[in-house]
Amino acid sequence: MRATCKRKGDTMTVSLSGELDQHGAAAVQDKLKACAEDEAVKKLVVDMSKVVFMDSSGIGALLGRYRTMSEKKGSMVLKNPSDQINKLLRMAGMAKLVEKN
Amino acid sequence: MENSMTMRFLALSGNESFARAVASAFFAQLDPTMAELADLKTAVSEAVTNCVVHAYGDDAPSNYITMAMTLKDNVATVVIEDTGRGIADVEQAKQPFFTSAPELERSGMGFSVMEAFMDSLTVESTVGKGTRVTMAKRVGGKNDERE
Ligand SMILES: Nc1ncnc2c1ncn2[C@@H]1O[C@H](COP(=O)(O)OP(=O)(O)O)[C@@H](O)[C@H]1O
Ligand SMILES: [Mg+2]
Repeated sequence: MRATCKRKGDTMTVSLSGELDQHGAAAVQDKLKACAEDEAVKKLVVDMSKVVFMDSSGIGALLGRYRTMSEKKGSMVLKNPSDQINKLLRMAGMAKLVEKN
Repeated sequence: MENSMTMRFLALSGNESFARAVASAFFAQLDPTMAELADLKTAVSEAVTNCVVHAYGDDAPSNYITMAMTLKDNVATVVIEDTGRGIADVEQAKQPFFTSAPELERSGMGFSVMEAFMDSLTVESTVGKGTRVTMAKRVGGKNDERE
C-alpha cells in the first residue's frame, strides 16, 4: 500500500494505491495522519481509484482522518471507490463522503 | 462438486492478503460472480485480521491461525480459528461499531461485515482458549448475474 500527498492551496489530495486492509492501513498510517494534520489543509481529498481491496480496517483509517478534519472544522471527500469499497462505505454510513464525478 | 482444504499460518498482518488470495483461488471452483468473490474475500479478511489484531498478546506461546474451507453444492464454507485469548461477551463483540481497540483506529465493523457479506456466521469462543468463526455463503447459482 502506498500513499502520495499533494497540496494545492488548502486542499490536500491523497492518492492511495494497493490493498487497504489492516496491513496496508498500518503502512500508510503515519503519512495519512501527517497529510490530514497539516495546518494549511482545510479539505482532504482521498483518491481511491487505485485501491484494489478494502475491509473494515480501511474504514477505521478513513474514519480516523474524517475525525481529524472535523476537529479542525475542515472537510473530507472520497473519490473513485470501487463497487466493493462502496458497499463497505454504505454499511459504515460514509457513502455521503463520496464525491460524484 | 465437493472439495475441502485446511491451512495453518502465523497471525501476521502480511498474511491477510495471503489468506484472501487462497480463499479466492479455492472458491473460484464454484464459478462465483465477481461480486460474490469480493464478498468472500472481504469476510475472510475480517476474520483473519481479527486473529492478527485481537487474539494474541506479545507473550502468546503460539500464534497460529487455522483456516479450513469446504465447498459443496454451491455452498462455500470457511472456518477460521485461533488459540488466543478468546472473547468474553460474543454478543457485545458482534454489535455494529463495537471495538475493544478504538486506540488502534478499529472501526468495530468486522463482524457486521462478515454477517452482511455471508449467508451465515457463527462465533464460538472460550476465554483463554480461542475463537472459531464459521461462515457460509451460497455462490455461483445466479447465472444471469454473471459478468
Ligand atoms: N479472534 C478474536 N480474538 C479475540 N477477540 C476478538 C477476536 N475477534 C474479535 N474479537 C473482539 O471482538 C471485537 C469486535 O470485532 P470486530 O467487529 O471485527 O471489530 P474490530 O476488529 O474493528 O475491533 C474486537 O474489538 C475484539 O474485542
Ligand atoms: Mg475486526
